[in-house]
Amino acid sequence: MLPRLIKRQSPSKAMVYLSPILALLLTLLASIVLFLIMGVSPSGALHAFFVEPISSIYGLTELMVKATPLILIGVALSLGFRAGVWNIGAEGQLILGGLFGGATALFFYEKTGFYIIPLILIMGALGGIIWAGIVAFLKTRFNANEILTSLMLSYVAALLLNLLIHGPLKDPDGFNFPESRLFSDSALLPILYDGTRLHLGAVIALFFVGIGWILLSRTLLGYQIKVMGDAPAAGEHAGFSHSKIIWTTLLISGGAAGLAGAIEVSGPIGQLLPNISPGYGFAAIIVAYVGRLHPLGVLFAALLLALSYLGGETAQMKLNLPVAVTGVFQGLLLFFLLACDVLIQYKIRTSKKSESTIAPAVKSSIKSTSEVK
Amino acid sequence: MEILVAAILTIITAATPLLFAALGELVTEKSGVLNLGVEGMMVMGAIVGFAAVHYSGSATVAIFASMLAGASMAAIFGVLVLVFHASQVPTGLALTIFGIGLSALVGQSMIGVAYDGIPQLHIPVISDIPVIGEIFFSQDGLVYLSIFMVFAVMWFMNKTRAGLILRAVGDSHDAAHAMGYSVLKIRFLAVLFGGAMAGVGGAYLSLAYSPLWVEQMTAGRGWIALALVVFASWKVRRVLLGAYLFGGISILQLHAQALGIAVPSQVMSMLPYLATILVLVIISRDRSKIKLNAPASLGKPFHASR
Amino acid sequence: MFKKILTSVAIATCLSAVGIANAETKVGFVYVGPIGDHGWSYQHDQGRLALEKELDVKTTYVESVPEGADAERVIRQLAADGNEVIFTTSFGYMNPTIKVAKKFPKIKFEHATGYKRADNVGTYSGRFYEGRAILGTIAGKMTKSNIIGYVASFPIPEVIRGIDAMTIAARKVNPDVTVKVVWVNSWFDPGKEGDAAKALIDQGADIITQHTDSPAPLQVAEKRGVYGFGQASDMKAFAPKAQLTAIIDDWAPYYVQRVKAAIDGSWKSDDTWDGLKAGMVVMAPYGDAVPEDVREMADKVKASIIDGSFHPFQGPIKNQKGEIVVKEGETISDGDLSKLDWYVEGVDGTIPK
Repeated sequence: MLPRLIKRQSPSKAMVYLSPILALLLTLLASIVLFLIMGVSPSGALHAFFVEPISSIYGLTELMVKATPLILIGVALSLGFRAGVWNIGAEGQLILGGLFGGATALFFYEKTGFYIIPLILIMGALGGIIWAGIVAFLKTRFNANEILTSLMLSYVAALLLNLLIHGPLKDPDGFNFPESRLFSDSALLPILYDGTRLHLGAVIALFFVGIGWILLSRTLLGYQIKVMGDAPAAGEHAGFSHSKIIWTTLLISGGAAGLAGAIEVSGPIGQLLPNISPGYGFAAIIVAYVGRLHPLGVLFAALLLALSYLGGETAQMKLNLPVAVTGVFQGLLLFFLLACDVLIQYKIRTSKKSESTIAPAVKSSIKSTSEVK
Repeated sequence: MEILVAAILTIITAATPLLFAALGELVTEKSGVLNLGVEGMMVMGAIVGFAAVHYSGSATVAIFASMLAGASMAAIFGVLVLVFHASQVPTGLALTIFGIGLSALVGQSMIGVAYDGIPQLHIPVISDIPVIGEIFFSQDGLVYLSIFMVFAVMWFMNKTRAGLILRAVGDSHDAAHAMGYSVLKIRFLAVLFGGAMAGVGGAYLSLAYSPLWVEQMTAGRGWIALALVVFASWKVRRVLLGAYLFGGISILQLHAQALGIAVPSQVMSMLPYLATILVLVIISRDRSKIKLNAPASLGKPFHASR
Repeated sequence: MFKKILTSVAIATCLSAVGIANAETKVGFVYVGPIGDHGWSYQHDQGRLALEKELDVKTTYVESVPEGADAERVIRQLAADGNEVIFTTSFGYMNPTIKVAKKFPKIKFEHATGYKRADNVGTYSGRFYEGRAILGTIAGKMTKSNIIGYVASFPIPEVIRGIDAMTIAARKVNPDVTVKVVWVNSWFDPGKEGDAAKALIDQGADIITQHTDSPAPLQVAEKRGVYGFGQASDMKAFAPKAQLTAIIDDWAPYYVQRVKAAIDGSWKSDDTWDGLKAGMVVMAPYGDAVPEDVREMADKVKASIIDGSFHPFQGPIKNQKGEIVVKEGETISDGDLSKLDWYVEGVDGTIPK
């Protein structure tokens, strides 16, 4: 009598909230085993991962600093993923945004003006838009798959930043090291809480969550995105333009990633470096899905993933756990989070009786006929 | 001529790991499953293969061990996405994070350990033929295996009933299910195959390409392999083309640098990526042909309603 | 006799006092790569382990810390945790180190390979180019094709210094030598590093040297039957025949010395740039392939660098156009060396700018 998954007639409201809690509990159990194998006290390790990083105001602000790019990109990517547009090159769009934003900051070196910061952010978004625009153009004009083009362009972006930072953007007094000047104060994002690194970007990210929410639930575009993702045929039948959706979602995610890049360089980094992102563009893909492609979910997922990064650092410092353990731990956490979501749509039955299975079958057949029309 | 032959030999080693991993991913994707965890499976194959050769001394054992390692990673993925209906894209990415971490933990004692590399096969007489002998008949066994696998997968996909069923499952799981095929079982097997091939691809790095273990030594090749499947528009022989194109340009730009060509090295390093995009654009223009090849159910979850 | 006992008691108490102080001393390390890279970060970690063995201190390390926004948080956290000396071991940590140091004036920071200092921030680096001069001498004598292949990572002054030092030394013993450089744009990608070595060998190089982290280029040299040099550590295990010698980064003496100074209160911010003499740069034993006369020449170069009678960058030095840029009797200053961005005569190719 193996347990079987039975499709629910409608998604479980309770499980929407309960499944992440269940996932965390399962992670807890699995990681106790992991930490025992590693020879460290599980309670100490879990304390280091989840409690210690956020047990001070400074820690909380750092959590937000780390989560900011993940939120921005995660929200924007989830729009595209809903529409079935696979932009997996947000990393490159982020780098271009950092490059454009950073170059703007350097252009206004030692100048002051209220317009400098807005301009940096706009240029950053523009950089990301251009990079994503190439993907959209190749997709709509030449039918070139965006998974490949966006991914390959990420590598190109990293090399481009490297090239320029060894060249024209190099600090003239920097002994020919590949770093730009430190930006002037007028080009640095204002700090929201003295003594921490919490910067304006965090507010922008939260604002973005709100915009994403409204866009998805209250606008025609949001509706079109959802329809195109669920049933492209129906969408086209209704007269929605597929290429318009591709352009829109790619430019939005590119713009958001670019903005995140500009925020990183003019916020916590404060200059241009050869590496401005430790893979935020890729991590944000996970964030988007763990957040169930919903802006609020993305917010929580980004905070959770950010916490696991900070926790990994603390675990190294407090328990001498190698960074590899963080990877294994994050992997386990994500596995459980992703697997437990099954309980929203399905329930577990150990008996063979399945009176409820007929209904979804009928439902899906109705759905497929509506697609054919 | 001599340089050309030498360059071709280097290109073969650069293309082989990509070819293994991309072939495996192609079969996985043809069954309708998108596994973005290739990098994680490769890196596990690399360390397990290396540790196996270190302890057993046998390259054959090492290759099987790496397949097993890749397949075990793939099994985690398979259970999560097929049984628990987890989204495929993030689960694959999580698998990569997990694999990089786990390989580093497993490999702690293998750092600084030396290994000579798997032997090259020297077939008497024919391998002594100039040029042709050098290129075609004096490679290591894994290179031949990779080429053999291209034809084996091609044959399997196009000429066998099992291949037909696999494609049917990838194109329309509902129809395949209605015909009485076990969609989940077939997909799980395809996922396992993908993992085993990624494992060998990783082992090629740690056993032949640069026979040693260092953390994260796959250095992003799993991602390139993923891109190559898309590049190939899910056609087996185009995977071969893609792997050798990418490997080829990567090597030729190094040669161009050594010749002293005055182009910034960063621009040179961009070339393989740009060339891949360019060729994809050229071959993708014909919309209808691509549509026919892409598995229609790719990335979509399946739940049997009976 | 009595006096002797008294002194030994005094020494013993002193020692135990130091011992107690040591037990409370915490030292932090920040690494850019995983310690399993078997290269740069690995060598720093070897230094940390030696420090723990030598002095009774508690060390903490954080590995794979990206050189972006994360570095500042990690360094700050180490400072807040009460580490009294913090070593930040990659160039990209320079500005974060300076920023954190301002907030923790009592804690001593040591930043590797940078140029910004403060009252509580010192900098340190190795004169690895001294080792390169020895490699150049050996390579110049042993090459038959007169082509030396150089696998390089990124065009930063540190790497260019190495290329130039090696070229100058090689051409001194063999004016026909040219050095071909291939940039792989990575510190760490064994496959690519090996490919670069293969391309160089295919184009005639019969000596390979590298400024990337893994033993892969040396392994290629071994397989192809040419010679090479180990980088950062003794890599003889990976290439028993091919390795002629290796430049070893040995951070242990420096770490011990600086932490001792911090404990006894004599620590002062300064700029340390140590080489062969201080033992920060160490040469591995010669490989069997190095003939006696070449060993003697290499030893002589090494001895003259150590006693100060010779400097790898002393004139005459010509640039790529063949113009004399450093006259006989002059030497490139440390200041100019630290920002070196031009090739000397004999290097084939242009620096990516």
